Amino acid sequence: MTNSAEEPPKLYAAQEPIFPRRVYGFFRSLKWSLMIVTLGIYYITPWIRWDRGPNLPDQAVLIDLSTRRFFFFWIEIWPQEFYFVAGLLIMAGLGLFLFTSALGRVWCGYACPQTVWTDLFVTVERWIEGDRNARVRLYKAKWDAHKIRLRLTKWFVWLLISVATGGAWVFYFADAPTLLQQLVHGSAPYIAYVFILSLTGTTFLFGGFAREQICIYMCPWPRIQAAMMDEDTITVAYRAWRGEPRGKHRKSADADKLGDCIDCNACVNVCPMGIDIRDGQQLACITCALCIDACDGMMAKVGKPRGLIDYMALTDEARERSGKPPKPVWKHILRLRTIIYTVLWAGVGAFLIAALFLRSNIDFNVSPVRNPVYVTLSDGSIRNTFNLRIHNKQGQAHRFMISVTPKGIFGTTVQGQKDGMVTVPADETGSHKLFVTAFRNSPAAKAGLTDIRIWVEDMETKDRVYKDTVFNGKGR
Amino acid sequence: MSKKDDKHPEVPTTGHSWDGIEELDNPLPRWWLWTFYACIAFAIYLFIWYPSWPISTKGAWAGLGHYSSRADVAKEIKKYNDANAAVDKRLASADLNAIEKDPELNSYAMNGGAAVFRTWCAQCHGAGANGAKGFPSLIDDDWLWGGTIQDIHQTVSHGIRYAADPDTRDSEMPAWGDQLSKAEIANVVQYVLSISGGQADKAAAKAGATVFADNCAACHGEDAKGGRDFGAPNLTDAIWLYGGDVKTITKTVTYGRKGVMPAWSGRLSESQIRQVATYIHQQGGGE
Repeated sequence: MTNSAEEPPKLYAAQEPIFPRRVYGFFRSLKWSLMIVTLGIYYITPWIRWDRGPNLPDQAVLIDLSTRRFFFFWIEIWPQEFYFVAGLLIMAGLGLFLFTSALGRVWCGYACPQTVWTDLFVTVERWIEGDRNARVRLYKAKWDAHKIRLRLTKWFVWLLISVATGGAWVFYFADAPTLLQQLVHGSAPYIAYVFILSLTGTTFLFGGFAREQICIYMCPWPRIQAAMMDEDTITVAYRAWRGEPRGKHRKSADADKLGDCIDCNACVNVCPMGIDIRDGQQLACITCALCIDACDGMMAKVGKPRGLIDYMALTDEARERSGKPPKPVWKHILRLRTIIYTVLWAGVGAFLIAALFLRSNIDFNVSPVRNPVYVTLSDGSIRNTFNLRIHNKQGQAHRFMISVTPKGIFGTTVQGQKDGMVTVPADETGSHKLFVTAFRNSPAAKAGLTDIRIWVEDMETKDRVYKDTVFNGKGR
Repeated sequence: MSKKDDKHPEVPTTGHSWDGIEELDNPLPRWWLWTFYACIAFAIYLFIWYPSWPISTKGAWAGLGHYSSRADVAKEIKKYNDANAAVDKRLASADLNAIEKDPELNSYAMNGGAAVFRTWCAQCHGAGANGAKGFPSLIDDDWLWGGTIQDIHQTVSHGIRYAADPDTRDSEMPAWGDQLSKAEIANVVQYVLSISGGQADKAAAKAGATVFADNCAACHGEDAKGGRDFGAPNLTDAIWLYGGDVKTITKTVTYGRKGVMPAWSGRLSESQIRQVATYIHQQGGGE
């Protein structure tokens, strides 16, 4: 059986061109709607305005790297609250796990940017060059004026889409209307052009040419997904028991020995990945479900029931083959694995929402100066220094009172202030030095460590927050 | 051994088999090969354009682009120096008392001063400015020569007992070993201990008080609280530059002390001296 002796296998293979055919049906319509929604969100979001008062940007979604702030409608995330972003990423990861274990590669088939943009690019291709057969003809044709004109038109439209895609990206990082003006006048920051250029390039290349190669060879997600899917996962599959043996139906005697599959190749022709779903589950299948639409259309034409290719679980194949009805969908979806993913996902979400509502409008950090841990003053008292960073997350400048408990055993002063009161401007972080002094021979001065609590009180709102730390005496 | 898989009759397997699982021997996509060649081309460009091969002991290939990370740093430093030129000039000529009240000057001086301190001062005074034996702490409330911004500025500029600078602060704790007897020294040590809250022999301290009044009070004052005109330490407080135990005080009295701090004017710019003076003044001890 070996052919390696006479003819060694090729080390490299050229990309097989794929010409997906136009298809109509439920899943195609669903994909159109999802494409409009996802692309709409991507392109329009930076232009939504949201009034936050005079000192803050009025862009609803803004990642402001210069002030290290993330704005999302009414939520404002400071760098020290990055756990919100981490939490959202964890939720996104768990969400993907959940959807993959329940519904297979729905992310790949419907929502992944690579899929959505490739879909858009293929649509453009179809408008300009025609449907599958015309495109195959054009591909094989010589490079004459007609072919050059069509190709250049297609590439030009692709390029426009790519520039818009790369361009929309940078608007998330700066005030969109201002940046657009700057871009038009050529006065935008250098880095904005770098990002637009590189994202234009990748969009053009990935959407126009690389397409399924990205999913098959570059993306790690298909490999990871295999670990989340099992025989209960609902995925796109071919009912081989019903379709085989496949064959062209003729009005002949042996026609009734054939299965429902008329071997029309409709499912292969519409596939954006260029595979044959009748070979069974395979790495390259992104479960876009277009083959279901294609096959359903064909089955309707030949007067057979729909669903020769359908969303189904692997366990159902065996049941249906033996004449039993398939398990209900909810039984497939509701199983230990999906319940665990859901609980984890909801847990992280609940934590984030709680953290969002519980977080204070003021926040401060204490870093005790440990070089030296204490200073002996001329009267023999012991002084510790603490660096305080007070974040005022409000739209106005506020005064803050700094104090230390337990009261009465320490003297406190704030560098440069007479009364322990500091003012932090709106939406800024104030750095202050707090000196805490224990009197000569007092217990705190003689002890090693004394627990203390540093309080910061907002004089306007009367909000109080504290941080626990320790006072270093001579005893250690 | 390589046989064809049932489902993929067109693809040979590698012949490897693990528990019946076999590995298909698919060819690599050709564009992948191209990216590999592109990487090689890029590597060649890097080697030619940027500094790379060591050619001789004298140096390496400088690259056609003459790139230098050191030049980048110099450029960046120059950029910031240029941007700060105005405030730097203003700081150098501002009234010393006005610096801390001017947010721009103060912020510039505090940041610059921290860098100057860590570069030039931390070797003796410590990174935390808390000093060491013989090198005063700059963050307590005790000053030999004064802790106002003017005093600190003067000390940093001209140093202490720094012979090369005519304006340096000068004084001397003489060695009393030649002039006082051992008993007198022992007594005056007990006296100094007694006035600074230490455990002392009362009789010896009483005798030492006379010795102190005759010999030490000239600089340290009748009340032993020191004098900033001479940089004479306050002997009644809890802070000791060299140490407050009997042995160290005896040594100080017997052999004298003569700590030196260099003058920094001429080595640091006027602006840098003001930066570090402002920085020290705000470390907790400033007057």
